[in-house]
Amino acid sequence: MSHDEIARRDGDHAEEPIVNPGMHEHQPRPTDIDDVAGRRAERQVATFFGLSSVMAILFCVAYFTFDIGDEPDLFLGYGASNIFLGLTLGLALLFIGIGAIQWARKLMSDVEISEARHPSRSSDEDRDIALSALNQGIADSAIGRRPLIRNSLLGALGALGLPAIVALRDLGPLPGTALEQTVWRKGMRVVNDVSGTPIKAEQMEIGQLVNAEPGIFFAVDEEGEPVVEGVELQQEKAKAAVILVKMRPEDITPYPNRENWGVEGVLCYSKICTHVGCPISLWEQQTHHLLCPCHQSTFDLADNGKVIFGPAARALPQLPLMVDDEGYLVAQSDFPEPVGPSYWERG
Amino acid sequence: MRLLTDRLAARLSRGRRGRYAGVVVLMLGLLVTGGAYAVLSPAQASDEAADQSTVDQGRALFLVGCASCHGKNGEGVTLQNGNQYGPPLAGVGAAAVDFQVGTGRMPMARPGVQAPKKDVLYSEEEISALAAYVASLGPGPAIPESDAYDPLAIPEEDREEAIVRGGEFFRTNCTACHNFAASGGALPGGKYAPSLRGVSDKHIYEAMLTGPQQMPVFSDEVLKSEEKRDIIAYLNSIEDAPRYGGGNMGAFGPVSEGLFAWLVGIGACVGFAVWIASSSTRSKKGTQS
Ligand code: FES
Repeated sequence: MSHDEIARRDGDHAEEPIVNPGMHEHQPRPTDIDDVAGRRAERQVATFFGLSSVMAILFCVAYFTFDIGDEPDLFLGYGASNIFLGLTLGLALLFIGIGAIQWARKLMSDVEISEARHPSRSSDEDRDIALSALNQGIADSAIGRRPLIRNSLLGALGALGLPAIVALRDLGPLPGTALEQTVWRKGMRVVNDVSGTPIKAEQMEIGQLVNAEPGIFFAVDEEGEPVVEGVELQQEKAKAAVILVKMRPEDITPYPNRENWGVEGVLCYSKICTHVGCPISLWEQQTHHLLCPCHQSTFDLADNGKVIFGPAARALPQLPLMVDDEGYLVAQSDFPEPVGPSYWERG
Repeated sequence: MRLLTDRLAARLSRGRRGRYAGVVVLMLGLLVTGGAYAVLSPAQASDEAADQSTVDQGRALFLVGCASCHGKNGEGVTLQNGNQYGPPLAGVGAAAVDFQVGTGRMPMARPGVQAPKKDVLYSEEEISALAAYVASLGPGPAIPESDAYDPLAIPEEDREEAIVRGGEFFRTNCTACHNFAASGGALPGGKYAPSLRGVSDKHIYEAMLTGPQQMPVFSDEVLKSEEKRDIIAYLNSIEDAPRYGGGNMGAFGPVSEGLFAWLVGIGACVGFAVWIASSSTRSKKGTQS
């Protein structure tokens, strides 16, 4: 449908509140009327496209020339390969873009045109045709008259959802109690992360922080194989990581039921933020505040891990400590509450 | 002096910037006094090496430079509201003094949430005298021997392995505050964990040992001396490593990179958009012809 036809068809309802002033008078560019200028613009555009091809070739040259790996070539202290690959490819694309735009601005026709839009509503005639076709279909299929067919079809479509649900179960076993439990057990040693060395309370100074793990992560069986390894190790580590901190005992204000959870001012807290589970060990020894770098939740470790700032809704879970026969720090039990972020069943 | 400043003040006040003359003179006066103090106070130092005299010398320096906050005998000063003005120093050990004074953090220029690193005010010898005096107040960590912190003391063939191990310790214990590339980071209330680049091996070791300011302590019994040295070896290795990927913009992660993307990246896009949309020159000739 051409512009004129639309105008004629909508003639009556398309009353415009303001008279359409029409186009400005077209003014040609220098390149439209001056051959020299036109040729100059043509050369400019071609130059940009040419430069782009040069850059593309230089990219290949850079790719084969510069060494990467252990002894990389350097350019001003940076990796030469990276710098030149990025520069040449970037410039190759940029030059094509600049050339294209220069072409459009200087040489492509720029006579203004206008095209009116179709109204979005279909004509009454079209609407009637569509509606009658639909009604005809309903009548012909007899879906209204034979409810048995209709209902059994709906039932079949619904039942198709079941295979999907059953197959989705394969995404993994239900978590069970895994969210509530960690590997911490009564008597398990609290050991240094990375080195696995056990820790005594008197080895720590006031203001000391230790990033620690349960001893079982470093335990090996008779054949020298780690007891917990692979995926299981990662999953358990994600829940069981702890920090030990030592404060002046008089600074600590434990809840009445937590009075024997520390050893000589050493307390043990989960390292997993109760907001969305970032590992936290950003501890200010003078204020006793533990700050989560992800969203700035702040916990007071001298005051039972209470939240004093930020989006976390629960205090940081504390692991009750005691010492074993050799004087090393061990857990009294697992964490008395689930560690990490809240989840549905926890409310 | 007084005469000189008066005359200077009179001269300056006649000038165009008369209003600021007083301030300028005041600043000059302060600078001269401060400078003179800094230059002249080491004159109290003595060259004697004997222990007791070093401690005595340290005490003399302490009374002048430190006692106003830490108390005459290093017992600390507590304000009426219970806050500590300067903490007690018995038991902090020589290592703490060597770190705090050796990096210019102490003496503090003014009270504040954190003592910043600044120019070192005392000579080596004075620092060891101060350290000897503070160590005499109560047992604490000593200044480490160079073998303890110098990664070059690690046998050549083990160094690679030490760097890898050090990296693990660093990522576990240090990155929470000091950032993955050791470029430091912010803490609540205007405090910050400083960048570790360009800090001497000895001072890094002492900081781990003594836990300055908000930094937790990492005692030798728990984070072994060799493990600390591994961390230092790792830090040196990342400091020397070439930047394969190009400029790291301070290695602050999304902060500096985001700023760059917003200013330079989006700025360039806006520039192009303006160029594309700007109307090109029109010729009068066309309309006339
Ligand atoms: S994960 Fe710790 S504050 Fe969000």
